[in-house]
Amino acid sequence: MAQFKLPANSIIGKGKTYYAGAGAKNVRHFHVYRWDPDSGENPRMDTYEVDLATCGPMVLDALLKIKNEIDPTLTLRRSCREGVCGSCAMNIGGVNTLACTQAIADVPGEMKIYPLPHMPVIKDLVPDLTHFYAQYTSIKPWLQSATLPPERERLQSKEDRAKLDGLYECILCACCSTSCPSYWWNGERYLGPSILLQAYRWIVDSRDEFTGERLDDLEDPFRLYRCHTIMNCTKTCPKGLNPAKAIAEIKKMMVERR
Amino acid sequence: MSLRTPLAHVRGLGTAKDGTHHWWLQRVTSIALVPLVLWFVISLLSISHADYETFQYWLSNPFNAGPMVALIIAAFYHASLGMQVIYEDYVRPEGAKFIALLATQFILFLLGAIAVVSILKVALAA
Repeated sequence: MAQFKLPANSIIGKGKTYYAGAGAKNVRHFHVYRWDPDSGENPRMDTYEVDLATCGPMVLDALLKIKNEIDPTLTLRRSCREGVCGSCAMNIGGVNTLACTQAIADVPGEMKIYPLPHMPVIKDLVPDLTHFYAQYTSIKPWLQSATLPPERERLQSKEDRAKLDGLYECILCACCSTSCPSYWWNGERYLGPSILLQAYRWIVDSRDEFTGERLDDLEDPFRLYRCHTIMNCTKTCPKGLNPAKAIAEIKKMMVERR
Repeated sequence: MSLRTPLAHVRGLGTAKDGTHHWWLQRVTSIALVPLVLWFVISLLSISHADYETFQYWLSNPFNAGPMVALIIAAFYHASLGMQVIYEDYVRPEGAKFIALLATQFILFLLGAIAVVSILKVALAA
């Protein structure tokens, strides 16, 4: 059966607590998943008391404050700090999102922070996305054309350009794919919402001439049809995109061309 | 440990060039089942107090026996398609998946055949 229980070496233990100093005015507890591959120990949840009076408003601000001022061993990815690069995708308060655009005040209840679900962990909040990126490569995310390149740019009508809205904004943060139960159980073969949205971005591009071949490459019980319209992808997307709709459009095209 | 590249792993054995037929038939059977189940429930209610002979007379009408057979075929076919998806989603390893799938499809086909023959037996005996 699909593995529903955590393996013994993945069970999370209780970690250390780092207390804020006596001068702290507005303390919030951050419970953060920690795992060090070199220690040989199981993962643990460390608790950090962060004084919000001296911290920026976003979850990433708090994580960087922890790393800079409390515990430099905390490992995470981050780059642009404004929701464009997708590096700081993680599971915050039970929801996959970007730490940099998630306001601390908007996280209800306990602030629990985990890496993206169901991915191999490299260290702490850093998941291994090798397979995810290979899946992206497999859909050939570039313009393909049999016509010789024109002397100037390839033209596209305003209407056709509008079809890319809601698709081109995807930053490949993997929040949607790692929130999808179907991707959890069959991620080896199912491409997942993020990659399928990217595939649709090229399928629907009026300048691309390989629409049929792209559909051929997706027509598979696992690559495409593991999507059961669960809609976690659309619910969690930090950019407000709708991967479920993109997948539905691909399925419609599959029927249309029969 | 595999030394294949991540892309080779993703491309695997290529696409099955299949899946749309299964997906489409699952939708078609589910749409067909909406009026059929509605008709079945209303029919059951309307003849719930009938004795066997009245029921047999009712079922001997092709406009009742027909939808009844259609309901059985659609329901068992839909169940078979749905179970296949559940096995593909959750059952490991491949061998167990294959055996579960084959056993379920045989059993559902057999039960469907028994149900259709039973309907015809009652309907044609009237």
